[in-house]
Amino acid sequence: MTLNSKTPEGPLGSKWEDYKSKCRLVNPANKRHLEVIVVGTGLAGASAAASLGEMGYKVKAFCFQDSPRRAHSIAAQGGINAAKNYQNDGDSTYRLFYDTIKGGDYRAREGNVHRLAEVSANIIDQCVAQGVPFAREYGGLLSNRSFGGVQVQRTFYAAGQTGQQLLIGAYQALERQVALGNVKEYTRHEMLEVVKIDGKARGIIARNLVTGELERHFGHAVLLCTGGYGNVFYLSTNAMGSNVTAAWKAHKNGAYFGNPCYTQIHPTCIPVSGDHQSKLTLMSESLRNDGRIWVPKKQNDSRKANDIPEEERDYYLERRYPAFGNLVPRDVASRAAKERCDAGYGVGASKQAVYLDYASAIERYGNSEANKLGLDNAGADKIKELGKEVVKAKYGNLFEMYEKITGENPYEVPMRIYPAVHYTMGGLWVDYELMTTVPGLYALGEANFSDHGANRLGASALMQGLADGYFVIPYTLGNYLADEIRTKSIVTDHEAFVQAENEVRGRIEKLMSIKGKQSVESFHKRLGKIMWNKCGMARNAEGLKEAVQEIQALRKEFWEDVFIPGDAMEFNPELDKAGRVADFLELGELMCLDALNRNESCGGHFREEYQTEEGEALRQDDQYMYVAAWEYKGDSSFELHKEDLNYDVVKPTQRSYK
Amino acid sequence: MEHYNMSLTLKVWRQKNNKEQGKFETYSVKDISSEMSFLEMFDVLNEQLIAEQKEPIAFDHDCREGICGMCSMVINGRPHGPWHHTTTCQLHMREYKNGDTIVVEPFRADAFPVIKDLAVDRTAFDRIIQAGGYVSVNTGNAVDANSIPIEKHSADEAFASAACIGCGACVAACPNASAMLFTSAKVSHLAMLPQGAPERKTRVVDMVEQMDKEGFGGCTNIGACEAECPKGISLENIARLNREYMGAMLDGGSQNAV
Repeated sequence: MTLNSKTPEGPLGSKWEDYKSKCRLVNPANKRHLEVIVVGTGLAGASAAASLGEMGYKVKAFCFQDSPRRAHSIAAQGGINAAKNYQNDGDSTYRLFYDTIKGGDYRAREGNVHRLAEVSANIIDQCVAQGVPFAREYGGLLSNRSFGGVQVQRTFYAAGQTGQQLLIGAYQALERQVALGNVKEYTRHEMLEVVKIDGKARGIIARNLVTGELERHFGHAVLLCTGGYGNVFYLSTNAMGSNVTAAWKAHKNGAYFGNPCYTQIHPTCIPVSGDHQSKLTLMSESLRNDGRIWVPKKQNDSRKANDIPEEERDYYLERRYPAFGNLVPRDVASRAAKERCDAGYGVGASKQAVYLDYASAIERYGNSEANKLGLDNAGADKIKELGKEVVKAKYGNLFEMYEKITGENPYEVPMRIYPAVHYTMGGLWVDYELMTTVPGLYALGEANFSDHGANRLGASALMQGLADGYFVIPYTLGNYLADEIRTKSIVTDHEAFVQAENEVRGRIEKLMSIKGKQSVESFHKRLGKIMWNKCGMARNAEGLKEAVQEIQALRKEFWEDVFIPGDAMEFNPELDKAGRVADFLELGELMCLDALNRNESCGGHFREEYQTEEGEALRQDDQYMYVAAWEYKGDSSFELHKEDLNYDVVKPTQRSYK
Repeated sequence: MEHYNMSLTLKVWRQKNNKEQGKFETYSVKDISSEMSFLEMFDVLNEQLIAEQKEPIAFDHDCREGICGMCSMVINGRPHGPWHHTTTCQLHMREYKNGDTIVVEPFRADAFPVIKDLAVDRTAFDRIIQAGGYVSVNTGNAVDANSIPIEKHSADEAFASAACIGCGACVAACPNASAMLFTSAKVSHLAMLPQGAPERKTRVVDMVEQMDKEGFGGCTNIGACEAECPKGISLENIARLNREYMGAMLDGGSQNAV
């Protein structure tokens, strides 16, 4: 099968407009007979389900949590980008497009990214209309801040809870459609199989997580909005329940997986404190606006941070990247932290951390406040006090969170941070219409691979999730469903449903019958260690080959010795987890194969063999300017398909943030 | 901060499902680090139970960073435990010392039936939102975001109300199991913004009606909800809901308030 991205012809700036004016529509009477299944209720899923419900489709929305509002989009802190140019600082649709393409290290599709930049402004309008309480200036207009990899202020935010406020907005829109009867909601349900009839996605098998029952649901189309797969690393900033299961089932059923090795390691997370660690907590990238990152200039310096004099501190990002300083993109900042720690300059008990210091920001803001108040002779203590107030107003909730987790007061001592797995740019391969290689099966938001290339810029995940759900799928889905108006709802005793359900039941019975000795959690931890050590921030061919072997052996051991307590026909979180870990054990192998195939470094994918003399990522554009889309062929067997990336507008160069 | 390890006794509510009766079971755990979160301590206990081929304790949790609202638990009589403005997942074990006994129960309320052990059904909250906790604006109808300036103070107040994570600690803390703090936070959030104004009368009446229908108790101004709320949602929201409600009813209630 040749991959066709279906990117419309014509100049970049008019592709989406052209598409919208030419795509087919479904008339309102027909929409009422068309059923759409939406799996996942984060920003992409909730916004898609709500919008499609408003348009008149019959929608079923599924989530594994107890309410759609719990989806992990809720944890996004820093903000959402939009090319509004409210700050008059030179922003434009083109610039947002360009920054995203460059930030992604020239591994994203131009057409998709330009569309994303085009609709970004509508997202902000839509959210404000829903009552999302973005931060505002005293004049009553919206406030912006800057984020990594960018030289304009285009990030809209609601304190450190932007994801929460956007998701609540989408959730409320969704609940409104539930009340109107346009959407039916299935909470505590997990999708365990895609049902295909005559090659098209026609429904899903879902498990009711409270009763354990399997359910069959028909849909004329199925939308997977199920987020990323960062939890393959066990430790990540993802929620405990975030998983790849829905996407993986789709993959095994014909949907190609795009660029699985592109993983984003976020530079500012709270370091691991011990073996008990169950997840990692992100400290918003917005902290890099004001905080300065440093390590001691001396190796293995055991002095306390505040005892190290200014001239003995190495502000290594400012030193290496004077143009962007602490605001370099995430992949660059993460690698720089790892480089310093590996070279013996790390801090804290584990030596796997660097400092994020607010002392100079507190002083700078304090001086500015003193100036406003006319306090010409304010002492150092007074300035510090005033400065802390300003920092508290901007980042208070983040500082509080840091203190709760570490027991240290970040207003007084620098925070310790270290990179952690945060986001996966890879995902199900989709065309311009967000359709996977299975007709009628779509992937939106983090679940698809499409817009961020090899590295995502800060505050762009929320933008993409909502762009896909509010502004893209309402058009592209109609273009497909226009051909389906004659397809009657298929009764779920159709043989394809029966067979899919039997397969799911068989898998569950097999898991329950192993009755081994080791817990699901212990397998997940071991997988995470393999992935982090050999397919993490830095990768090499030898390590990746070892990882493939180790994962295969671990998977075998899992299927022979895992122990799942309780019964399948009841509320059984261990069984839910077992199914997810089983899928991670297959995905991990594909990620290593993809990383091994890509003999270059780009964005979040850093192969040690391919770096410049200064240690920067070295792309091989002549050989790897393509999307790696993997087709599942059976156990440990995947076939690579390539979608060539054509840059008509932007000239790929080596990214420079110096 | 000094790190230390501790042994603890846990008395945990076990209940197979919402039909069978539950009871407290006593467990001991060892080598709990002061650096662990409360839920990581539960992970240790559950791994211990699994190693003994026993059923682990079911509890709800997801983001483990205090924002999704999925974790619950009443810890030594307090929803989300002893730390001010903190969810259970963000409570850390340095709060406890060696030899402590900790009693852990589910959130209790008629409107929150137990699913299993410490996990309860909070879908009643979704239905309260369905009754009116939104602005009726379809995708694609919005005007430019800066076309309606909003006073910073109102925007900040709306944000403070919108910070509610819908965890239900307010209900668990209230002797009447009232959902007034939750409902009032949403009513306030939308009432303080111009976008929410057109529907403010029907919204408050419909949401209060749904709240009653779900079996939540009435508010008698005790204030336990505010004291236990992990996000610091203020009682002022309840006062605001009462004003909104009064205004709407004087105007003829939900039917005539359009």
